[in-house]
Amino acid sequence: MIKVKNPGLQTTVQDYGRIGYYDVGMPPSGAMDKYSYTVGNLLVGNDENAASLEITYMGPTLEFQQDAFIAVTGGEIPPKINGEAVPMWETHSIKAGDELSFDFVKKGARVYLAVAGGVDVPVIMDSRSTYTLCGVGGMEGRALQAGDELKIGNDKKQEVKEGTSLPEEYRLDFSGDNEIRVILGLCSYRLTEESKKRFFEREWSVTTEANRVGYRFKGERLHFVEREQPFGAGSNASNVVDLGYPIGSIQVPDGVEPIALLNDAVTGGGYVTICTIISTDLDKMAQVKTNEKVRFVSVDIEEALQARKEYRDTVEKVRQFVAQ
Amino acid sequence: MADKVLSPLPGIFYRKPSPDKDVYVNEGDSVKEGDILGLVEVMKNFYEVKAEKDGVIEKFHVENESEIEAGQEIATIS
Repeated sequence: MIKVKNPGLQTTVQDYGRIGYYDVGMPPSGAMDKYSYTVGNLLVGNDENAASLEITYMGPTLEFQQDAFIAVTGGEIPPKINGEAVPMWETHSIKAGDELSFDFVKKGARVYLAVAGGVDVPVIMDSRSTYTLCGVGGMEGRALQAGDELKIGNDKKQEVKEGTSLPEEYRLDFSGDNEIRVILGLCSYRLTEESKKRFFEREWSVTTEANRVGYRFKGERLHFVEREQPFGAGSNASNVVDLGYPIGSIQVPDGVEPIALLNDAVTGGGYVTICTIISTDLDKMAQVKTNEKVRFVSVDIEEALQARKEYRDTVEKVRQFVAQ
Repeated sequence: MADKVLSPLPGIFYRKPSPDKDVYVNEGDSVKEGDILGLVEVMKNFYEVKAEKDGVIEKFHVENESEIEAGQEIATIS
């Protein structure tokens, strides 16, 4: 068991996601930064879909009541075992009675705590991920609370030696500029040419409304092309006839503040989606903090697929490194 | 000795519980450990920033309703 002494700001149980139910309105949830989540599991020898804890901004204080192997990956929220700083991206052995806590967030927004065997909560619709808006999955459908006890599961495939440290080249660095690549569409034709240009020219600042559901940005008002309201569409110029929202799609209700829809977002609706964040850059988006600035860069599908291929190659290299 | 009160979170800092209320504490006020000094709004949550020791609020370094970074100094308590 792992006892939660202090839950942190918003710590949830997440696995790869509740895949395959989007058509019935169930978003995937799951780890927001898939790379860090996956590497965490690899470093403790887990099945790659084992459930971890996703920690946002402020880490929890956890008391381990059994021996375990752990790894902390992602942004930089430095972990401490019994008050002593320990490195991230590394396999640690933790003993029964040890306390894991975290320092202030230094870089990025989220880290993942992988525990060998995974966090064992009931599997709901093929996943252990927490979807807090509907109270589904994870620890009783909610973020962790003080007093919770987490069971460690059996999703372990192999032994990984204590002190296994991920080479620098496979670690993420969050100190760079926040360029987020997107593909234009589905309804970018609704924006004026000037607004389309401005969207990519300027920096957008992340508001306090930025969580697992979506990120809202401040910048300037965008304008839509004049049109006659189609049958079935809302009256606002930012409305279209309802459509499925791609994960990572960006909408601009009333042209005021763009919103990127993320892992826990609504699956469809009647707002214009002007572009969609490419899958690899969703990881990057998840590590951007409130008050930070991002710039959106338009790419084509070939570049997005190339980025995905490189991502998969990197994960494969980490797999081989850990298996050595 | 003066102690720094740091924000553990990025967000917007508020010195009042709500816009029409008074500030939690003024500079020069005495506070007890656990007293609320302000709020940080992030992810549709309001996190209470509390005094970690008894003392006197020497100074606030962040204005009401301004943007704040994680680790930024909010106030000093002496």
